[in-house]
Amino acid sequence: MATIDSPLPKPYKPPVVAPGHTPGTVTDKISSVVLRRTPKWWYVGFGISFSILMMFLFCVTYLFAKGVGIWGINQPVGWGFDIINFVWWIGIGHAGTLISAILLLLRQEWRTSINRFAEAMTLFAVACAGMYPVLHLGRPWLAYWLFPYPNTMGMWPQFRSPLIWDVFAVSTYATVSALFWYVGLIPDLATLRDRTRNRAMKIAYGFGAMGWRGSAAHWHNYETAYLLLAGLATPLVISVHTVVSFDFAVGQVPGWHATIFPPYFVAGAIYAGFAMVLTLAIPLRAAFHLEDFITTRHLQNMAKVMLATGLIVVYGYMAELFFGWYSGNIYERFMLMNRATGPYRFHWFALLLCNAVVPQLLWLRRFRTSPFWLFVISMFVSVGMWLERFIIIVTSLHRDFLPSSWGLYKGTIWDWGTFIGTIGLFLSLIFLFIRFLPMISIFEMRTIVPGGTEGGEYTTAPEQEPGISTEQGAVP
Amino acid sequence: MKRPPIYGLMAEFHDSDELIEAAYRVREAGYTRLDAYTPYPIEAVAEATGHHHSKLPLIVLIGGIVGALAGYGLQYWAAVIEYPLNVGGRPLHSWPAFIVPTFEMTILFAALSAVFGMFFLNGLPQPYHPVFNVPRFALASRDRYFLLIDARDPLFDREGTRRFLADLNPTEVNEVEH
Repeated sequence: MATIDSPLPKPYKPPVVAPGHTPGTVTDKISSVVLRRTPKWWYVGFGISFSILMMFLFCVTYLFAKGVGIWGINQPVGWGFDIINFVWWIGIGHAGTLISAILLLLRQEWRTSINRFAEAMTLFAVACAGMYPVLHLGRPWLAYWLFPYPNTMGMWPQFRSPLIWDVFAVSTYATVSALFWYVGLIPDLATLRDRTRNRAMKIAYGFGAMGWRGSAAHWHNYETAYLLLAGLATPLVISVHTVVSFDFAVGQVPGWHATIFPPYFVAGAIYAGFAMVLTLAIPLRAAFHLEDFITTRHLQNMAKVMLATGLIVVYGYMAELFFGWYSGNIYERFMLMNRATGPYRFHWFALLLCNAVVPQLLWLRRFRTSPFWLFVISMFVSVGMWLERFIIIVTSLHRDFLPSSWGLYKGTIWDWGTFIGTIGLFLSLIFLFIRFLPMISIFEMRTIVPGGTEGGEYTTAPEQEPGISTEQGAVP
Repeated sequence: MKRPPIYGLMAEFHDSDELIEAAYRVREAGYTRLDAYTPYPIEAVAEATGHHHSKLPLIVLIGGIVGALAGYGLQYWAAVIEYPLNVGGRPLHSWPAFIVPTFEMTILFAALSAVFGMFFLNGLPQPYHPVFNVPRFALASRDRYFLLIDARDPLFDREGTRRFLADLNPTEVNEVEH
C-alpha cells in the first residue's frame, strides 16, 4: 500500500487505540471478556432484561388471544404504536450497518472498535422491528401470506404496494445484516476456540468457526467477500429506510405525501442509531474497562455524526413546514397548524426540544468528550426520534380530510407493554451477546495495532497494512 | 498418488515481515504447494504465497444478475401473466413499481453468493485439518505467523526441506502429522 509522504507535518489526531497494544494484547484483552467468569452485574442486568422480555411474551399472548382490539388503534388512527415502534427500531439498526459497511468503504479506521457490537445492535433492532408488522396483522399466523409463493388460493402479493416492498427490503436487510455479522465473527470464533479451556465452549466455538485456520488463501477470499458485502450493504441500508418512508410518502394523507421523506428518514435513522450506539457503548466501555479501544476519539466522532445527521433531520422539519405552506393545499396547511396547536402540540414541542435543540450542545467539545453528557444527549435523541414517528403517524391520521371522521389516539397499557417488552428483548440479546461473543472485532483490531509480538515499535509496522502509516505517522 | 508419511512442515515466525521474506524465498527455491497462516489478513502474505487471485467477484456478479432477473421475472409473471389485477386501468406491466423488489433481490442474491461463495472457495466448513495437530498452531489466531510446505510438493524432502526452513530464521520448525 503506497502512501504519499507529505513533507508537511501531519495534524495531530488522537490514536484509535491506546499506545502499547500489540496483536497479542488485544487478543487477550478482548477474549478475556468472554472467557473469564461471568460478573455478578451481568446476572442482574440479564435478569431484569429477561423479566421484561417475559412481560412482552405475556402481552403478545394476550394479543393473540384477543386480537388487535386491545391496542389503542381504531378508526381513524389505524397505525399506532406498532408502526411507530417498527420504524423506530428499524431506524436504530441503520447505524450498525453504516458503521460496519459505509465507514469500512470510507476507510474510517476508528470504526474497528465499535463495528461488531454496532452490527449486533442492528441485528437485534431488526429482530424487534420485524415483529411489529406481524403482530399488527390481526391474524399473525398467516404472516407467510406476505411472501410470494404458489398457493392453492391462486393469489399473488400486490407488487405495486409499498407494503410489499417493505417485506422485501426488511427481510433482505435482516438476512444481509446477519450474514455480514456472522462472516465478521468467523475468525474471532476461531480465536475463542483456540483460547478457551472449557471443552463444551471449545466445541461450540469450533462449530461457529467452521474450521477457520487463517490461511493466506482463505484470508484473501475472506477479505474480498467482506468488502463486497460492505459494498452491497451500503446501498441496501439506504434503500431500507427509503422504502420504509415510501410506506408513508406513497400514500396521500397530508403530512405523509412528501418527497423529502426518503432522505429525511434515512438521516433520522442514522441519527437515532448513533444515539443507540452511544447509549450502549458508554456503559459497556466502563463496565469492561475498554477505554483503550473505545477512546474519547470514538465518542467524539460518533457525536459528530449525530450532530450532522441531526441537522439534516432539522432541515427535514423545515422542509416539511415550508412545503406544507408553499403547496397552498388547505389540508397540508391545516395539518401543520394542527401539529403545532392541536391536541398533540406537547408531543411536537417535546420532539423539537429532543431532536433539534438539545443536540446542539454537541457543537461544544466539552459535551462531545464527556461520556455522561453524551449518554444524556443520546437518551434525548432516542426519545425524540420515537416522538418524531409518533407525530408523523398520529397527527397525520387523526385529522385528515373529513372533520366528521376525526378522532384521537392514545396507546393502551398493552401498547406500552409491547413496546417496553421489545426493549427487554433487545437488552436480553445484547446481554447474551456481550457474554458469549467478542464485542469488539479481535482480528480487525490486530490490523490497526503495530505488528509483531516484540515491543510494538511503530517503525516495524509492516507497510502492507493499509492505514498504519497514516494513522501512526500522526502521533508526534 | 501415494500418501506421504506426514502432511507437511511448518515454520513459525515472530512477525509478519519475516514470514513474507520466508515465503518469497520458499517460492524462489521452487516450492509450489505452500500456505501461510496469519492472525489477520495481510495482503503481502497472499501475494508472497501466490494466493492473491479470487474468483469470488465473478461469483457475486453472477449471483447479483440472477437475483435481478429472478426478482423482476417473479413480479412480471405474477402481475402480468398469472394474476393480472386491473387497478384503475393502469398498465399491468407497471415496471417502476417493480424496481424496489428487483433491487432488494439483487442485493440478497449477491450477498448470499458472496458468503456461500467464500465458504465454497475456502472449503469451509472443514471439521478436520492436519495443521491443528501442531500444538503451537493455536497461536496462529493470536499473534504468530506460520508457513507450511505441503509434503505433496514435488521438491519436498523431509530432511532437506526441514533444513531449508530452519535457515529462514523461524522460531521453530514442526512436522505436521496427518
